[in-house]
Amino acid sequence: MEKLPAWADLVLVPLISLLLAALISALVVLGIGGDPIEAVSVMVKGALGSAYGWGYTLYYTTSFIFTGLAVTVAYHASQFNIGGEGQAQLGGLGVALVLLAVDWPHWSVALLAASLGAAAFGAAWAAIPAWLQAKRGSHIVITTIMFNYIAAALIVYLLVEVLRPVGQMDPATARFPAAAHLPSFGEIPGLSLIFSKQVPANISFFLALAACFAVWALLWRTRLGYEIRAFGKSESAAVYAGISPTRVILVSMLISGALAGLMAVNNVMGEAERLMQNASEGAGFIGIAVALMGRNHPLGVFLAALLFGVLYQGGAEMGLWTNIPIELRTLLQGLVILFTGALDTMVRMMLVPAFRLVAARRIGGAA
Amino acid sequence: MASATDTGRQATAAPAAGPPAIELRGISKSFGAVQANRDISIRVRPGTIHGIVGENGAGKSTLMSILYGFYRADAGEILIDGRPTEIPDSQAAIRAGIGMVFQHFKLVPNFSVLENVILGAEDGALLRPSLAKARKTLADLARDYDLDVDPEALVEELSVGHQQRVEILKALYRHADILILDEPTGVLTPDEADHLFRILRGLKAQGKTILLITHKLREIMEITDEVSVMRRGEIVATVTTAKTSPEQLAELMVGRKVLLHVPKGSAHPGREVLRIEDLRVTDAQGVARLKGVSLTIRAGEILGIAGVAGNGQSELLQVLGGFARGRVSGTIAVDGQQIPAAGKGATGQTRRQIGIAHVPEDRHHLGLILDFTAWENVAFGYQAAPDYQAHGLFMDNDAILRDTRGKMDRFDVRPPDPMLPAKSFSGGNQQKIVLAREIERNPVLLLVGQPTRGVDIGAIEFIHRRIVALRDAGAAVLLVSVELDEILSLSDRIAVMFDGQIMGERLPAETNERELGLLMAGVASTAGAA
Repeated sequence: MEKLPAWADLVLVPLISLLLAALISALVVLGIGGDPIEAVSVMVKGALGSAYGWGYTLYYTTSFIFTGLAVTVAYHASQFNIGGEGQAQLGGLGVALVLLAVDWPHWSVALLAASLGAAAFGAAWAAIPAWLQAKRGSHIVITTIMFNYIAAALIVYLLVEVLRPVGQMDPATARFPAAAHLPSFGEIPGLSLIFSKQVPANISFFLALAACFAVWALLWRTRLGYEIRAFGKSESAAVYAGISPTRVILVSMLISGALAGLMAVNNVMGEAERLMQNASEGAGFIGIAVALMGRNHPLGVFLAALLFGVLYQGGAEMGLWTNIPIELRTLLQGLVILFTGALDTMVRMMLVPAFRLVAARRIGGAA
Repeated sequence: MASATDTGRQATAAPAAGPPAIELRGISKSFGAVQANRDISIRVRPGTIHGIVGENGAGKSTLMSILYGFYRADAGEILIDGRPTEIPDSQAAIRAGIGMVFQHFKLVPNFSVLENVILGAEDGALLRPSLAKARKTLADLARDYDLDVDPEALVEELSVGHQQRVEILKALYRHADILILDEPTGVLTPDEADHLFRILRGLKAQGKTILLITHKLREIMEITDEVSVMRRGEIVATVTTAKTSPEQLAELMVGRKVLLHVPKGSAHPGREVLRIEDLRVTDAQGVARLKGVSLTIRAGEILGIAGVAGNGQSELLQVLGGFARGRVSGTIAVDGQQIPAAGKGATGQTRRQIGIAHVPEDRHHLGLILDFTAWENVAFGYQAAPDYQAHGLFMDNDAILRDTRGKMDRFDVRPPDPMLPAKSFSGGNQQKIVLAREIERNPVLLLVGQPTRGVDIGAIEFIHRRIVALRDAGAAVLLVSVELDEILSLSDRIAVMFDGQIMGERLPAETNERELGLLMAGVASTAGAA
């Protein structure tokens, strides 16, 4: 396949993919008797038109950054971690156990401890598939998918049988101590001038930004990152260079699982403030799309997570204020994933002749 | 060798009347901004052997792919026997009487010779009549062209030379009058290559036209009638072979004067650096790859390992490089210190720490990460070297970048841009990057596999000079190559490997290609012609 200029690769291709997804969604909206123009305006206004909307959009963005980074790190070691969902749920368990175990004096200490708990549980959940892949050659896609189901079942069991306070009806843990409450955007000095107290976006958004930077530094500045990327590009060459496949698979998957687990700091600690069933709400899967669309670079992951945050929040508003069902949000997400991930090459193939024409004309003009 | 050349020359005298068997007129083909073929015109007289030489990337393969219908030319036309012919696909090429023998054979290993020959050319849904007909035709072909192969044998059980004959039979069975052979001797022993040339001369005598693509000038001189030289997508010259010389062809290919043999002083072997005793490797399938190899190399000495590819040389390099697979036994000592042959403690890292550098046989799959930049590849394998570390877990990318600039300068890597990905360098420049990385660590032992495979003639001279310079600086060098020329011109001692064993050791001055060829084919020198 011929190469496109870098800007076309990074900006134009995703943009066209998005437009195609939007176009088909618009056709579907028309087909079910809705008004696509109204749908788009409600979505954009709902997600970005108010501080309230932003407060939700950035909340979703935070979760998607963590799960997107999780997929990214594993991807660079050529491991396709589809288990972000399960690792995020286990991360929630880690957060809950840490926060319920101690009467935390201040949210900052609690955040530190909960982050460690989330990362440790997420990493532990990724460790088993990673070990099976590294030592026994069991394909990581299969094992991580299966571990998502096991995680869901495990959490339900623990919530129903172990962690549910006596007398409580719904399967959830007790509320976390009030001192462990994370400042929302409405409670952070400065931001509080814009956001109301009710928005779910919270201080863990900045943790997510820090994670973007940390992942970038890890992959492109450290020896470990170098070894991860080398192994991901060529296993045979990595072995020649003395890089241990077992170590790279294990370490990259542990970091990946830890990042997926960290998502729980946002939704479980920052928003729900107790562990409930299915707390991750599919964010683990959306992380795959985010990483694909973000070209497995932390900056791209951030931008893609923001886009999916808009889709998520805007889609919810659309379901609320128009006669278009909220399920259309799922369709739109699905189409975005289809076009940016799976059909990426198709868009590229359509662009190659166009660029060839431009190049030919330029050479012709010079001659 | 000499008598073979004579017969080749005699055949040149055969008169060739009528239109050319193949005529290319103004063929051009570009891929994006890269012009692979530019206004190429060639006339090949019927019943001759026409050579096409050129460095890698000169456009030989593209041209042949156009002739065989894999690519369509952007401009130009093809005439077969004087008639303009469209060749949109390989079926059309076959109908036009063109047969192609690829460098990598396209055979089904678990089919018989007969089944492979008729594959795709069956007469009907039932195989039996086709097979019967093919059996008869094959017998005729074998008689006419000295192409005897057992039609019932499974292809996977045949030697490489015989597999190649099956490819030629496939083409002839499809009534090819024009045969294209792409680097046909790359995988053959000298003996097998001689046999191939006998077959080609026989085909020529029967009026077939042969296009031979190769980078081996010796073969061009030995067998072709005319030769076209390609450089950067263009034909720079078409000459009568009898009126040219290897030196002239090399100069035409590269565009400047080239030394085909690097001058080299005599060796002054010092202390014993490497001692291997009874090294055995059995792969995961239980096949013995090394069957008790013992050898030594001294400081300031190049030991060349000759042999046809696949006789255990790769496994020998892997064990010494610290990434052997399968079961390994035997002892390795470097500078008198025993080191583990395999398992824990035998990794690329531990090997590098004791001063073993390794220029691997396959730079695309081992020596380089093609998607990495040049500077990232300079750190490859030495990512833990102290001079490449910043504080803590971080690498000192600036230091690596500086080092890369220096290496590119000292090894004349072009273009000298450390930020370019390795895949965008030519084969020769890629190899220079690997060589610079390994040689400049001043190793006590350098392992080199196929140092000039896929490398342009111009770069070969440079690479050979560097290897000799490292020897003169006191390093022990283990050179593995399938190119006998290379082994003979670089080695201070030659060991020949066959079937996982060392068949014998010779001094370059006291042996010749004939003797080495016999050893490479597994014929022990004392046993004579057995």
